[in-house]
Amino acid sequence: MDAVMASAVMNFVNATLDCVKFALDAPSARAVVFGVHIGGHLFIEVFLLVVILFLLSQKSYKPPKRPLTNKEIDELCEEWVPGPLIPSLDKELLYEPPVLESAAGPHSIINGKEVVNFASANYLGLIGHPKLLESCSSALAKYGVGSCGPRGFYGTIDVHLDCETRIAKFLGTPDSILYSYGLSTMFSAIPAFSKKGDIIVADEGVHWGIQNGLHLSRSTVVYFKHNDMDSLRETLEKITSKYKRTKNLRRYIVVEAVYQNSGQIAPLDEIIKLKEKYRFRVLMDESNSLGVLGSSGRGLTEYYGVSAEKIDIITAAMGHALATEGGFCTGNARVIDHQRLSSSGYVFSASLPPYLASAAITAIDIVEENPNLITKLKSNIAMLWKGLSKIPGFTIASNPESPIVYLRLEKSTGSMKDDLNLLENIAERVLKEESVFVVTSKRSTLDKCRLPVGIRLFVSAGHSESDLLKASESLKKVAASVLGDHN
Amino acid sequence: MIAIPYLTALTTYFSYGLLFAFGQFRDFFRKIFDWCSANSLQGYAPICLGLEDFYIRRLYLRIQDCFGRPIASAPDAWFDVVERYSNDSNKTLKRTDKISRCLNLGSYNYLGFAAADEYCTPRVVGTLKKYSPSTCSTRVDGGTTALHNELEECVANFVRKPAAIVFGMGYVTNSAILPVLMGKGSLIISDSLNHNSIVNGARGSGATIRVFQHNMPSHLEEVLREQIAEGQPRTHRPWKKIMVIVEGIYSMEGELCKLPEIIAVCKKYKAYIYLDEAHSIGAVGKTGRGVCELLGVDTADVDIMMGTFTKSFGSCGGYIAGSKELIQYLKYTCPAHLYATSISPPAAQQIISSIKVILGEDGSNRGAQKLAQIRENSNFFRSELQKMGFEVLGDNDSPVMPIMLYNPAKIPAFSRECLKQNVAVVTVAFPATPLLLARARICISAAHSREDLIKALQVISRVGDLVGIKYFPAEPTKQDQGGKSVKYD
Repeated sequence: MDAVMASAVMNFVNATLDCVKFALDAPSARAVVFGVHIGGHLFIEVFLLVVILFLLSQKSYKPPKRPLTNKEIDELCEEWVPGPLIPSLDKELLYEPPVLESAAGPHSIINGKEVVNFASANYLGLIGHPKLLESCSSALAKYGVGSCGPRGFYGTIDVHLDCETRIAKFLGTPDSILYSYGLSTMFSAIPAFSKKGDIIVADEGVHWGIQNGLHLSRSTVVYFKHNDMDSLRETLEKITSKYKRTKNLRRYIVVEAVYQNSGQIAPLDEIIKLKEKYRFRVLMDESNSLGVLGSSGRGLTEYYGVSAEKIDIITAAMGHALATEGGFCTGNARVIDHQRLSSSGYVFSASLPPYLASAAITAIDIVEENPNLITKLKSNIAMLWKGLSKIPGFTIASNPESPIVYLRLEKSTGSMKDDLNLLENIAERVLKEESVFVVTSKRSTLDKCRLPVGIRLFVSAGHSESDLLKASESLKKVAASVLGDHN
Repeated sequence: MIAIPYLTALTTYFSYGLLFAFGQFRDFFRKIFDWCSANSLQGYAPICLGLEDFYIRRLYLRIQDCFGRPIASAPDAWFDVVERYSNDSNKTLKRTDKISRCLNLGSYNYLGFAAADEYCTPRVVGTLKKYSPSTCSTRVDGGTTALHNELEECVANFVRKPAAIVFGMGYVTNSAILPVLMGKGSLIISDSLNHNSIVNGARGSGATIRVFQHNMPSHLEEVLREQIAEGQPRTHRPWKKIMVIVEGIYSMEGELCKLPEIIAVCKKYKAYIYLDEAHSIGAVGKTGRGVCELLGVDTADVDIMMGTFTKSFGSCGGYIAGSKELIQYLKYTCPAHLYATSISPPAAQQIISSIKVILGEDGSNRGAQKLAQIRENSNFFRSELQKMGFEVLGDNDSPVMPIMLYNPAKIPAFSRECLKQNVAVVTVAFPATPLLLARARICISAAHSREDLIKALQVISRVGDLVGIKYFPAEPTKQDQGGKSVKYD
């Protein structure tokens, strides 16, 4: 069977070969054109060439493009269902803050009852200070309330310029620039200096204003562990070796002097050492340290005994110790002048109401004339710290010299939301039962800070000894009762 | 749409080209000079790289004196401009003690509340004494006083929305609200000439941003159809939500928003609408309630209404008005509510009092008079300027009227010549406008008297002749430029 098969195949192959031989031996195949023998294979080659040319002349295959017809678009538009503008509201969203019926001084009135106020960052007790009110009312009489224009377009009033000079003189820097709102200071200043491709190393605990600035700058942002200098060193080392060859790369370290989210104080001496070693510029937010730290209230630089010029860019909100509003940035003339045309919150916003600028000047005067305010604040902080250090279930997370005393739960319930509810409960009862106004650290859903939440007490030089005792006693009492129930 | 004549476009380009070339020439020598002297940077990268500050160094500094002129009084109809001098060819300007009393055509003092007011000022001073200038705390902590709640109610009532939330700064209002409402997977469609605060807010939100041609509902519809059909980029999933952002009066154009048409488009395509009334609230409409009232739009059709208190109310800050749920949600999540110092109580009182005056709740008809005055003033001034042959942008009833200058040299010329004759005007150039479209901007106030306006017109006409900015023949109707013009957005 196999043999028959094999012979059949052989016959077929032989027949084919004969055929080919005949074709190649055909008279045309032996023709000679211009002395060149045209072998039979030439026919095949010509044939292949024709096939190739034919294929090349054809368009390559593309799926036919059929744009959506108007009708289809209509249908798609009809079909599309937008999500709601806001998610449905939970019950806990119905939180209503206590309403003050008086100025937010150390003693305020809530619901017709006098309470001790630990919710206002009125560190030096300047709220209601007669000199401050006097300077405000004379400014109101002269300039009206608002400035009715951005700084570029007749919104610059002479008090703005005086205030900028006064701040610079107070801090010992060459120049400064006023912003009309504390929150906008950082998120305008950062994008003015750091652009796409630049590098920012920031503390993971920075507040939202800074976080937004980092995002808007579109720079490469690397976070280091909260207030951890080893982590900062590692990060700087890594970045330096990674970008060794890149020329003209702007590098910044962004820190807060006293962290709003934890009450920790940045170790400036270490930061300056690292900054000088790795050639980074430092942006520091002094919102909670201005008027508080240092023997004359000049902030963290004075506290560490270094010149303010060592820090390239210092910003601060004036809604804390200075008891006014707005913010400023201070540094050398180059840094300040650059912001006057490049900082969006400065260029595109109406300027600070002149009476608030005038209040800032007066507040600085008061701070300079009354160094005892700072000593009083310091002793108040120490006293409250001592009183609060033995509350069961709580630890103090803040630095002993920070004006924000930050109480953190010793044992977290496991979720930030539950922790916050628990703390909220305590704060509410302390206010209701003990007439002491303390607040929890609330977080926006946009806030990327993941530090634990807590109860915050803003100490003021205006608090008396009995206020401080009352605060620690009542917190102790309510915490024991609430946490006792909870366990 | 601004039609810039060919010749003007050509000379403007030439001027900027010359400035650029000369600037580069100076930079070249500066570099050699720097190279010879020791490097002062000590290993730090320079604060500005390459051409980043070229515009400031070589163009802006030459005409620096036209911007940021300090004043020494309230920004009323007449104000005191502080004279400045420079010893280093305009690099730094120093203040003198001399002041000149000038007619103010620059401040956003639409209703004249910038100066002391018989009704507002005593109340503001009273509030100052009661509440001090600041609360030193955020709204959610200890920064909510009875006054703040009253203000929010008053504003909601004024703009005819169920609820409102206020912030201490207008810029922050836009840039902190948008990230709360929009996020990844949502789409923001923004007018091409929207204010920088909206641009920054939209960027901060992480949403996709598309732009439609300035005030063109037809193009908005085109963009909406295209985007809904295509969905999100790359994944092609449907958008979570779409928000269209427009302004009531465009501050650099003086134009009114085509709100009814835009709302019709938004309704058809189920997009949310965000209306920024920074310049229009208080300034237009029969009772000062802004463009909605002027154009006959029901406020229920606008999802989010935003505005500022800096302009018509002579105070500071901004608001968002909307449904009760929206405001409640914002109060729980908006960073500006949670982290920023609450609005200064005297400023809050100024807003409440001025709204009361506008609505006639102070027991007088001063508010109605002011509103009639600003409309009359604006329309008079605009029509006179047009008659003189200036190229004036914007719509009737709008108190903002830009006069086109184009050539860079005309910016300082117009500003300085007017100031010499005691009329203070604002000139606007890059970065607030496109490079070619430099302009002077007049803001009319209800505080201007007819004599003030006539004086201003005389001065502007004289200076206009001198500087050569009467681009149209002095006739009441505009001549059609026909094919002899370059269309420019």
